Order: sequence, then C-alpha cells, then structure tokens
Amino acid sequence: MAAGTSAWQLIITGDPTLYAIVFLSLKVSLTAVLIAGLFGLPLGALIAFTSFPGRGALVVLINAFMGLPPVVVGLCVYLALSRSGPLGAMGLLFTPTAMIIAQAILITPIIAALARQTIEDLWSEYRNEMLAMGVSRLRCLTALLYDARVSLFTALLAGFGRAAAEVGAVMIVGGNIEGFTRTMTTAIALETSKGDMAMAMGLGLMLIAIVIAINASTWILSSITKSRMG
Amino acid sequence: MAPIDNLPLVLSGVSYRVGDLTLLDEVSLTIKAGAPTAILGPNGAGKSSLLNIAMGLMQPTSGAISWGGRSDPAPLRRAMVFQSPVMLRRSVRGNILFALEQAGVARAERETRLQGLLARVGLVGLADRPARRLSGGERKRVALARALARDPDLLLLDEPTADLDPAATRALEEIIAGAAASGVKILMVSHDAAQVRRLAGEVHFLVKGRLYESAPTAKFFSDKASPLAQSFLRGDLITET
Repeated sequence: MAAGTSAWQLIITGDPTLYAIVFLSLKVSLTAVLIAGLFGLPLGALIAFTSFPGRGALVVLINAFMGLPPVVVGLCVYLALSRSGPLGAMGLLFTPTAMIIAQAILITPIIAALARQTIEDLWSEYRNEMLAMGVSRLRCLTALLYDARVSLFTALLAGFGRAAAEVGAVMIVGGNIEGFTRTMTTAIALETSKGDMAMAMGLGLMLIAIVIAINASTWILSSITKSRMG
Repeated sequence: MAPIDNLPLVLSGVSYRVGDLTLLDEVSLTIKAGAPTAILGPNGAGKSSLLNIAMGLMQPTSGAISWGGRSDPAPLRRAMVFQSPVMLRRSVRGNILFALEQAGVARAERETRLQGLLARVGLVGLADRPARRLSGGERKRVALARALARDPDLLLLDEPTADLDPAATRALEEIIAGAAASGVKILMVSHDAAQVRRLAGEVHFLVKGRLYESAPTAKFFSDKASPLAQSFLRGDLITET
C-alpha cells in the first residue's frame, strides 16, 4: 500500500529519474516502430500484392517470426554488435541504437504479417473493380494502403505494444545502464530485484498508461474514420 | 481524351471452360451501337462469364474477341457495373473522384464532373456519406456514377437491379435509359425478362453456355421466338436443352 502511494508521488511530482526512463523507452520503441514500419509495411504490401515462387514459404516464415523470442533476437544482435562480431567496429553495443535495432528486428515481422493480411483481404475485395477501372498496379497499391490506413496503423500499434513491453532483447544489447540504456521494462526488473517497489510500480503504471492512451487514441481515430468512410 | 471506339464488340466462337465444366460454348455475336442489348437467360447460363469476357477481365479458353476491330485495346472508354459492386472505403464523393482520376480527368475538372455525375444518378444529397453504408440501390447508383465517370462508349451491366425493390429498380432503369439515350451503348445481362422487355432493343438468349437465339426485342417477345425461349418466358424451369 505504501509502495503504491509512493509510486503515485513519483509520477505526480515528476520524478526526474522516472521520467528520464519513460522518455528513453518511448524514444527507443517509437524509433523502432518507425524503422520497422518503413520495412514491414512495404514488405507486407509487396507480398500481398505480388506472386512469386516461394511466396507461401515467405508468408509462413514471417508469420512464424511474429513469435520471435526476444532473448534470441537480443543474442543475435549482441553477437553481431560485439567487438568480435561483423558490426563490432561500429561500437553500438550497450547503446540506445542497439536497443532500437533489436526492437525493430523483433517487430518488423509483426507489422509485415499484419499488413500483408490486411492488404490481401482488401485486394481480394477490390480486385475486379480496380481491373474494370483500368487502375495501374502502382495506383492500386497506393489506394489499398490509403483505404487500409486504419488497419495498418493498428499493425504499427501492435508493434509498439510488443516493443514497449519487451525486456529480454533490450536487456542483452542495452545492458540496462543507468541514465543511458535503462528502459521502463529493464528498470522494473531491476528495481523489483532491489526491493524498490515504489519506482517499479511507478514505472509499471506509466507503461500501462502509455499503452492504454495509445490504444484509446487509435480506437477513437478508427471510429471517426469508420463513421466517415465506412 | 482521345476518342476510342469499343464498337462493334465481336465475339467469334468464344468458349470458356473451367476443368470439365463448360461455361460458354462457341458463342458468336456482334454488339453494335444503338439501343441496349440484353443477354437473357436463367441462372447458370454463363451470362456473367460472357460479360467479364466482353469487358476483357477474363480470357476465353478458345475463340476470339475484338473491340472496334482491335483485339487488345486498353479499357479506357469501356466500363462495367458488377452485380454486387464493391464500394471503396471512402465517401460517395471519394469513390467517384477516384473513378474520375482513373479516367484521366484533369484535377481542375473533377469537381464539376463529380457534381454532374451526382446529379445524373440522384445522389447529390449523399455525396459525403460513407459509400459502404448506403442501401443496395444507392450503391448501384454510385457504381453507375463511377462507370459513367469513364465517359464510356460501351457500358456493361451485370444484373443491374438484382435484389432491389421496385422503386429502386425504376430509378436505376431511368438512369440506364438516360445513359442509352445519351449515346452510351449498354450491354446488360439479366434473368429478368420483364426488365429486358422494358430496356433492351435486342436480345441474345443464352442457356447453359450456348446462344440459342438473337432477335430484336419485339420479335423475341412475340410468338415467333424459339420454343425454348417461349418456355423460359412462360416461367418454365429449364433443366434440359
């Protein structure tokens, strides 16, 4: 009970340590979502919209990678960025950039898979009308992306949810360094083990509040779009 | 826009098969400018397949098709309204503007054309409504407006008033008749003999993929029609030919 009260005080009084961790977490996860979206959305659209040998296998692979274990991704990125790894010379290990890379790898398959399914479903609806209107393939694609924008935004949101709640990968490649690579999830794990329940609960509440706020915003946006566009 | 003539539409010995199933069997017909042409027949006659081939959306298994003497013109002034048209996830305005864009209408002219099309199909008051939330008859009107946005010389209609109530049917038929009066060649498929009688100038009677009769509407609905056509017009269920 006392820990809960202290947690609220940390949030309400604007505790600089807590908010620095929250800010870094948002920066890392939102950047990861941006990068994963830049790769995942076109990849999903391309797979939905084209046919090529091995397409089915690629779909299965991407769907399977939606459940990539974070610690395995963390391990792979760690090996790639460590001094003896192929990208070791870049000196990125134990930096926020390393955490962004790990999270982006983790969520790209989620965004790609959801985008593919969304666009494929809409394309099967639109196909005959588009062909009858003589729409070019590129214009078909842009129209599909536009008309599916709410669902695609939801795909990005699913990626953000996964990234923000993830702990294993960022712990391995970020190192949980105070004031530098400590995120909400790694801090919660650490503070809990130290017995600082107020900080752990404060960060937990902030994490849940952020996820709820983003989901609520998306729901409102989706409702407005549906009422206007059907 | 450069004038593109889709007429005459000529089908020569067109067949369409899926596995062992023959949907169209050596169909030959010529569609010329003039009053609406109807492809009439019971369900399963192959009417929609014929229309899809006429639009260029499906390739015949054998036989040949040409539009204005050419075998592969881009469908620039050819338009089609499907039996169950799909509305884009946009407003009525958004749907028609998209069609205008695809028809190559200059951006500056689109709003004027949009208002004209909305008036033509009687949807002025519904321009900002989500197209997917309209009634079946209203959706058909949006689909007609999208098709007319292409300024077609050949308009293909697949069961244009299927599942609509009499008032909506009348409204659609008036729009179709208006389009035909303005010079648009209408090729429609229907299993509704009464509608064909009201709208069409000539009839092609199709049963189980085979063309059994082609005649002016007046002759087709007279006692000079073939026994099979007379049987269909009496309302008999045609199971054997």
